[in-house]
Amino acid sequence: MSFDVPSDRRYLESHEWTTTDDPIRIGISAFAQDELGDVVFVELPDVGESIAAGETFGVVESIKAVSDLYAPISGEVTAVNEDLFNAPELVNEDPYGEGWMIEIDPDDDAAFEDLLSADEYREQIE
Amino acid sequence: MQRHRQAKWDETESDGHEPLLAEKDLTRHEPSDTYLPDDLTRDGVELPSISEPELVRHYTRLSQMNYGIDSGPYPLGSCTMKYNPKFTEDIAGQPAAAVHPDRDPELAQGTLQVYHELQDYLSRIGGMSAVTLQPPAGAAGELTGILVAKAYHEHNDEGDQREEILVPASAHGTNFASAAMAGYDIVELPADDDGRVDLDALSEAVGDSTAALMLTNPNTLGLFERDIEEIATIVHDAGGLLYYDGANLNALLGRARPGDMGFDVMHFNVHKTFATPHGGGGPGAGPIGVREGLEKFLPSPQVRVDGDEYTLVEPAESIGKVHGSMGNWLVLLKTHAYISRLGDEGLVDTSAKAVLNANYLAERIDLEVPFGPFHHEFVASAGETDAADFAKAMLDNGVHPPTTKWPEIVDEALMTEPTEAESKRSLERLAAAFNAVSEADDDAIAAAPRMTAAKRIDQTTAARDPKLSWQQLSD
Repeated sequence: MSFDVPSDRRYLESHEWTTTDDPIRIGISAFAQDELGDVVFVELPDVGESIAAGETFGVVESIKAVSDLYAPISGEVTAVNEDLFNAPELVNEDPYGEGWMIEIDPDDDAAFEDLLSADEYREQIE
Repeated sequence: MQRHRQAKWDETESDGHEPLLAEKDLTRHEPSDTYLPDDLTRDGVELPSISEPELVRHYTRLSQMNYGIDSGPYPLGSCTMKYNPKFTEDIAGQPAAAVHPDRDPELAQGTLQVYHELQDYLSRIGGMSAVTLQPPAGAAGELTGILVAKAYHEHNDEGDQREEILVPASAHGTNFASAAMAGYDIVELPADDDGRVDLDALSEAVGDSTAALMLTNPNTLGLFERDIEEIATIVHDAGGLLYYDGANLNALLGRARPGDMGFDVMHFNVHKTFATPHGGGGPGAGPIGVREGLEKFLPSPQVRVDGDEYTLVEPAESIGKVHGSMGNWLVLLKTHAYISRLGDEGLVDTSAKAVLNANYLAERIDLEVPFGPFHHEFVASAGETDAADFAKAMLDNGVHPPTTKWPEIVDEALMTEPTEAESKRSLERLAAAFNAVSEADDDAIAAAPRMTAAKRIDQTTAARDPKLSWQQLSD
């Protein structure tokens, strides 16, 4: 089975994605949501909190597992997708769109270079 | 093969004509007859309008729709769902057992004697120097034990420096939680290829910041940590303490003692090892034991005997109280009764049967058990089948299924612990249920359970939109 991996963003080995142009949004990949199964709960940071690259910024819970969410880059949280609190299924239905998790103001605009490209990430999950 | 269909009752609304027997007494008490202020009284309460026999039948039906250890085998691995002997309930139900927690020690000498004897029994069973009975559950015992370890390091002026607790990846989830509750950072240790503590990884992880290693032995795969003495040396040489999670003590009861293996602090799960009822929220008991030198940090009070008088004593550098009174007295009384009734030989027989039963059952089932030799529990793999679906299909065969999907080191894990209380016939019944599901086709497994009062649950909707009280059902 092959999963959608949009080439307009960057990825982490732990399956999070981040856009690279404003607004900088972070979410999880189509592959990740499929592995998790039905998502039932998402815990996200508050607006104004700082997150650090490689550190956890939240939790996603499915009927199969509870998994930490890792930050692709460091920055300050500027928005949180509150729709997920009442409709966590958006992560399954539209992981790259309506299922986004947080928006951040990155500390370092060059930090995206360290992340996986869409091709590199696709290779990892195939 | 035993046929099985769980009772299911659909109750219709009562016509409500027949009053409860108590209501046939027509003496009336008006709110004005009481001393209650007006804002604490009300004119009526909303109660279902049913007769007494209807009420009794309602609860009897509910009990028939349930499944418990008194209905059949319950091989939930790691949980040790043992049969609770009824004589302990009798003893706890004696009028003399009703002791007020604040009764003066002089007037509660019999109670204190039971406490003191139990402290002594547990010290000897664990190979520990002293025991506190106060923690109200196994997890509370873990937290208490870690707080004692913390007090020890603070006493040695190393409290700030030792900020990490090591926990094997396959440990019970409570270990991580207890260490975190006590303010520690957790360092997770990987297992080696045969499912035990990886000594190289341990040597690398320990150091000046290590407060303790938490370990259960046999571990959650049922495997004895055969390098335990070396593990103890590595941890002690680094200045850390070794904590024993007593969840699996029933495998070693009367044969090996954590204290002799080098453990410094331990907790007892009296509901697993000594057949008191599982808490389900309490009341429970999770006594802890400590080696010589750590007694002074134990919670207050301790029961001591001076001549023939039992007294309450506060240890010199006690961490304080972790529960009211001395702990949950009636649970501790049942523990004392169980240990006394079994005696030395009975306790040794317990561990023998626990190990024998697990090994016999594993031999009888057609599933792969990747790790061994194991003691009181084993982890089988459901293979290509989802372990949760496998478990649901076992319900249709009239038994409770094992713990599923954990520990994660085994794919689609079925963690199975029949306990020593099951007979050979009951083990055969369990094996037949395992094997029936092994042979079932995928469609049948995907549709299970079909023979239970509640059929297959929509887990996703239940988790996303939980209805947690009866009032929500009509929404």
